Amino acid sequence: MKPTDPSIVWLEERPLGLAERLYLPLFMQGLTTTARHLVSPKVTVSFPEQRPQVGNPLIYRGVHRLNRDAENRVKCVACFLCATACPAHCIDIVAAESPWPDREKYPESFQIDELRCIFCGMCEEACPVDAIELTSLLDLTGKSREEMIFDKEKLLSVYDMTKDAEPMKSAELGGTL
Amino acid sequence: MATVIVDGQEIEIGADERLNCIEAARRAGKEIPHYCWHPGLSVVASCRMCLIETGQRDAATGKVTMVPKLVPGCQTPVKDGTVIVTESQLVKESRARVEEALLIDHPIDCPICDKAGECLLQDYHFQHGQAERRADLHPFTSRKRDVGPTVTLFVDRCIMCTRCVRFTREVAGSAELMVTSRGAKEEIDVFPGHPLANKLAGNVVDLCPVGALGDKDFLYQQRVWFLKREANVCGGCAAGCSIHTEHNQDTVYRLKPRENPHVNTWWMCDDGRYGWHHLHDDSRVLDVMRRDAGSAPGSATTLEWADVVVRLRDDLKAAGRLAVAVSPMLTVEEAWMLCAVARSIDPQAFLAVGHVPVVGADETFPGGFTIRAEKCPNQRGVAEVLALYGAGGNTWDNLVAHVAAGRADAAWITGAYPGAWIDEAAAAPFAGLRHLVVQDLFDSPLMQLATWRLPAVGFAERAGTWVNVAHRAQSFAQAIRPPAGVWPEGRLFWNMLGRRGLYDPVAVRRQMAESSAAFAALAGDLPAVGVDLRIHQLA
Repeated sequence: MKPTDPSIVWLEERPLGLAERLYLPLFMQGLTTTARHLVSPKVTVSFPEQRPQVGNPLIYRGVHRLNRDAENRVKCVACFLCATACPAHCIDIVAAESPWPDREKYPESFQIDELRCIFCGMCEEACPVDAIELTSLLDLTGKSREEMIFDKEKLLSVYDMTKDAEPMKSAELGGTL
Repeated sequence: MATVIVDGQEIEIGADERLNCIEAARRAGKEIPHYCWHPGLSVVASCRMCLIETGQRDAATGKVTMVPKLVPGCQTPVKDGTVIVTESQLVKESRARVEEALLIDHPIDCPICDKAGECLLQDYHFQHGQAERRADLHPFTSRKRDVGPTVTLFVDRCIMCTRCVRFTREVAGSAELMVTSRGAKEEIDVFPGHPLANKLAGNVVDLCPVGALGDKDFLYQQRVWFLKREANVCGGCAAGCSIHTEHNQDTVYRLKPRENPHVNTWWMCDDGRYGWHHLHDDSRVLDVMRRDAGSAPGSATTLEWADVVVRLRDDLKAAGRLAVAVSPMLTVEEAWMLCAVARSIDPQAFLAVGHVPVVGADETFPGGFTIRAEKCPNQRGVAEVLALYGAGGNTWDNLVAHVAAGRADAAWITGAYPGAWIDEAAAAPFAGLRHLVVQDLFDSPLMQLATWRLPAVGFAERAGTWVNVAHRAQSFAQAIRPPAGVWPEGRLFWNMLGRRGLYDPVAVRRQMAESSAAFAALAGDLPAVGVDLRIHQLA
């Protein structure tokens, strides 16, 4: 947007009121905030000995997983919508004709470069079959760049690992299963 | 002149033009949505999407009398005083109803449908449909049927526009496709035992306004919105069909015909359509190899391109009399520069048009489309260039005879052929030369004899101008980059001529147009449909 855009409304800074000009009221206000934080409970945790609390796993954006359907097959239909939505271009899919009669295509290979990913959750939002989801796993480590490129097997294993603690989100959110 | 009134806007059409309402409205900048109508096929007016209001203005009184019902725009010719209304409430409601009817049993599998993104049903639904679906049917999958070696039919996605059926009957002439059953149970199918296997079969996929016909070569490969397209020219035969090369990250995914009334109208053949796979073949020649004159064939070493520019010239100069085959796969710009390079090395260099591959005979289809037997795109253009250098009429056979007679000490054979083109017996006359330069896409018996092995580039990796069998010159830009490190022929010739900066085919073309009458038509920016090279000679 250019500064000359007609939809921009230019505002003048309003003049200071009496309380603001007196300085002391605002000074006290600031000190009160400092004092309140001194006595409030601490939010810092000693990671990794102490695990941080994930507020709501439904909306937390951690490591990805690829969900499985009722027959234990990958749920993904290789529509590329996650790869299209991804602003970091970290999803790489190779589609192929599916070996199952009830499905037209499936991902022959599905890779997410976790180092490139910015964990925005757009892939999860774009997915029409709720196949890709972000879990609440937050510690993501690896010894090499190659190790951080998660392939289909690894993403499915994340699902196997987290499915009991975090059931598929879609059921609770009223989405399609 | 006739006047047609489109939504209150008066447009003039030629007295002898026979337009229907869709074409007339397009002149006024109004798009009437349509599925079954295609300018290259007969009119059936079956999809009802182009229903519009029409009327007639009385020339004397100026009074407009409207037809009391909606009429199909594709089937209604316009004449002087025709009034077309494309935006009325009645028309809009009609379009929404047609869209709703089509979507009742259309599977909503857009996420896995390869047509999504270039689908007319999708586009029109957003433009003319309604947001809500009143029917409670939710079909999600489509039945699949194999209709031919290259085409798959997704039966339930079909909207029965019958463009494909009409195409096989009217243009391809082989009539493999038909409509079975009636009413809501209508389906496209092939006649038993007659698969869709004609050489124009791929066009039905382009014609299909929805995702019902899928090209097996492209199916599941890529979503269409990832593809970038470049206006290009097919190098498969001398017809030189206008095409779009659709690519992503330097990989070609498919070729589509580009409308050109002077060359291919709306179609292209399957030989051309699938004729890009050689570009991504692993066996392509990628390295420059050189060995000393008279050394053993296995002693070649790899060279950098920058060294080629100097050392190739030195080697050929030292060898003596030069013979050059200018491949009909090269553009006229490249051919022109190659001739200049050759004559700067040896002022008496023997120049000839390279090998012209011919397969079978020309094949013409009932719709007028012709596949040429001459499987190279630029024989006419190269021959014109050679004529400028006083070597007009020299053919590959002349060059072989010239070399076999011992009248050359070195030869430079440019190729860029997409497949095998020469056998050992045909290559034998070149064995005794001091230096043999072979520039080609793939290894061949001739390349085995070469002292200089240079890589060439394929059609989508090249920029320039080709002259087709009807002397129509079409300029095109490079669509994808060649494999890492490979220089297009034009870049090598440009550098060997000592020209500065990056290789610029447009600059070369302008220079050719200025310096020779034969290429005068190439001056300035060429239209997308190309120009007739003989246009100035006829005038």
